[in-house]
Amino acid sequence: MDVKLRILRYDPEQDDEPASLTLAAGVPAAGAAENTTRPAAGAAGAPVRGPRWVEYKVSVDPMDRVLDLLIKVKADQDGSLSFRRSCGHGICGSDAMMINGRNRLACRIRVDQLGKKISVAPLPGLPVVKDLIVDMNGFFGKYRSVKPYLINDQPEPERERRQSPADRAIYDDTTKCILCAACTSSCPSFWARPEYVGPAAIVQAHRFIFDSRDEGSGERLEILADENGVWRCRTIFNCVDACPRGINITRAILEVSSAIVGRRG
Amino acid sequence: MDYPFDAIVVGAGGAGLWAALELAREGVNAAVLTKLYPTRSHTGTAQGGVCAALGNLEEDHWEWHMFDTVKGGDYLVDQDAAEVLAREAIETVIELEHMGLPFNRTPDGKIDQRRFGGHTSNYGEAPVRRACFAADRTGHMILQTLYQQCIKHGVKFFDEFQVVDLLFEGGQPDEGGRAAGVVAHRLADGQLHTFRAKAVLLATGGFGRMFRITSNAHSLTGDGVALCYRHGIPLQDMEFFQFHPTGIVGIGILLSEAARGEGGTLLNDKGERFMERYAPKLMELAPRDMVSRAMYQEIRAGRGIGGKDYLYLDVRHLGRKVIEEKLPDITDFARIYQGVEPLKEPVPVQPTAHYAMGGIPTNVSAEVVRDDKGTVVPGLYAAGECACVSVHGANRLGTNSLVDLLVFGRRAGRQMARYAGKVERPMPIADAAEPVRAELEAIRSREASGESVAVIRKELQDVMMDNVGVYREGKLLTEALARVKELRARHGRIAITDCGSVFNTELLEAHELGYLLDIALVTVTSALARTESRGAHSREDYPERDDKKWLKHTLAYRGKDGPSLRYKQVSITRFEPKPRTY
Repeated sequence: MDVKLRILRYDPEQDDEPASLTLAAGVPAAGAAENTTRPAAGAAGAPVRGPRWVEYKVSVDPMDRVLDLLIKVKADQDGSLSFRRSCGHGICGSDAMMINGRNRLACRIRVDQLGKKISVAPLPGLPVVKDLIVDMNGFFGKYRSVKPYLINDQPEPERERRQSPADRAIYDDTTKCILCAACTSSCPSFWARPEYVGPAAIVQAHRFIFDSRDEGSGERLEILADENGVWRCRTIFNCVDACPRGINITRAILEVSSAIVGRRG
Repeated sequence: MDYPFDAIVVGAGGAGLWAALELAREGVNAAVLTKLYPTRSHTGTAQGGVCAALGNLEEDHWEWHMFDTVKGGDYLVDQDAAEVLAREAIETVIELEHMGLPFNRTPDGKIDQRRFGGHTSNYGEAPVRRACFAADRTGHMILQTLYQQCIKHGVKFFDEFQVVDLLFEGGQPDEGGRAAGVVAHRLADGQLHTFRAKAVLLATGGFGRMFRITSNAHSLTGDGVALCYRHGIPLQDMEFFQFHPTGIVGIGILLSEAARGEGGTLLNDKGERFMERYAPKLMELAPRDMVSRAMYQEIRAGRGIGGKDYLYLDVRHLGRKVIEEKLPDITDFARIYQGVEPLKEPVPVQPTAHYAMGGIPTNVSAEVVRDDKGTVVPGLYAAGECACVSVHGANRLGTNSLVDLLVFGRRAGRQMARYAGKVERPMPIADAAEPVRAELEAIRSREASGESVAVIRKELQDVMMDNVGVYREGKLLTEALARVKELRARHGRIAITDCGSVFNTELLEAHELGYLLDIALVTVTSALARTESRGAHSREDYPERDDKKWLKHTLAYRGKDGPSLRYKQVSITRFEPKPRTY
């Protein structure tokens, strides 16, 4: 079958618009033009160009993933189309993007789940570098800010530390996070206030705060009690909807909030 | 730009991260370069577990693990290295737990363990619970845990810096030169940067992308392996490439051996557990090379499902609880990528290109060696899948890839720290980046009418899959050799449409395809020469193992007219080669 694949393209070396476009979920970037052809670089009389939708007709199998489609476009129609990809099956987190208005991993969503018209744009709320590639440095900076590592200064036993299956189960959900940024970049609170640490960083903090082996909860809760911490969450649940790993992110955020309250109480 | 460091780690999978951690603990001025973000590395996709003879659920000993590794590798394993692997597996797994890895637990709170292919008690008697696991995302948790520790210890990362050349001082390696650094292409702006260092670790992973059906990430293009070959370092045992039995039909995504470790079965079109005929003792938990061959035999005999080229993996009888708690990810893969519900129906599977047993030859300290006498290339190290130490011989056992990258990544970091403390930093090399700059410019500036990356890549993947797969024979290999040579010539005329500098992924894909072509050439040449069947290298025209002639490692050197082959002795310390039955 054939599908119409619309991709929001942006080339920082040829386009005039600066790379700082921010998208609201499902809404094309302001000024994104409806072009189906690309003028040659520097062609005389070429219009001023910013990010723009470009449409491709792609022949596909209904079981193909959106990543397969992007690879086909790059192979057969335009080699300059740029996107990140690595493992191709939802574990590495490279290819998060906005697909038909929702943040998803391109390698985990099939054509038959989307229909014959598919639109693909970079993750909203993050600076676009080129086409579907966004700048992840701020995102990883926030991740690092919550001390995402086990803190335990006790002398290490000769064998493993013991942990009961029940204690292990408490933080199981948040160990699944692959840092794809689908959640944080779907969060209206984050769009409104980019300083907000965001759902992904809180998920990563949760994974340690509720690990019975960890002794750093106090430090982390203090960071997250900050004005850019958990209180920015308005329980909109976009993050839960976006998470390709099925993590109940809003619940994790609320558990962290409760821990902060409990600590103060 | 020129960055002076004492140690550089190329690649941020398990081996690279553990090495970086050791370097940080020793206070060495080090940096990690990765063409991805560290958490995107392929270690993260390992599912089933990491073996260590902890004996948490039943009696186990590292000697049994060592024996299984040697036998699983069809006796091509270097036994001194296998001993290091099996012994140090225990302390590395315990150390990972101390770092915070969320292993599944036994009722009394110890690390839980499960069965895995080819891992047995008492030297081959019966399957043993040896694989320590975190659900079916063990690799993900290893990668995350090591990255977390690197953050804790302030490791310096250069993310999305793709290494495109190696630098040496005092001549090339075969002239006695020592490692002096690397040249990296920064994806964000296309600039080339020179990183000078006393010690360089290659931890760049595998190269399964030379096959059509593979479990490997798109990024696995053998960068470090091909760069070594281009600088005159031989590649070892490249004819041995593992096909994992249970890939998703058509696309190769892996369904972990953990499914069989938990009791999943393989069925043919008649509903028979056909492994009974091939490995009566271990059945579905026989080593991967044997299971993949058995599947091909069933398919050839017309017993594939509906007469087609796949079989069934059946986990229905395990019940919802086991499937959802211990195998959640692979259940999800079956649902998403095949539209199959594993709780209710069997899952169609076929062998998928999975793991390179061969690679850059090293000793047990992860130092790169360049000949059959073990001569070290000073300052150059390799660990993980890109290296060949050789603990996997002719066929790797399940979970031993993780054990390998942990044990030898750790050893690499420690050895590099010792070395960096003893030698002076290399001097800046004038125009260090020029050769690779010229190479990349040639691709970028060629007329758009040239050859296409996608077309050449597809032709390579097809010929490797069809002619150099599970079963091989002289005629098909000879044909493949000619085809790969032709494709290499065409690669010299490759052209791209993207002329930009920012994230020019088309340019990098063209460059990476060159690596795959070099590696394919070495693989086919080595496979054609080895006239026996051993482990994953199965020749229909030479169906028997021939220890008299072939109990030796292949070393393939770059020559004027293609690879020239030499051979190296296998280290045998404890276990004399025996026929391999299960």
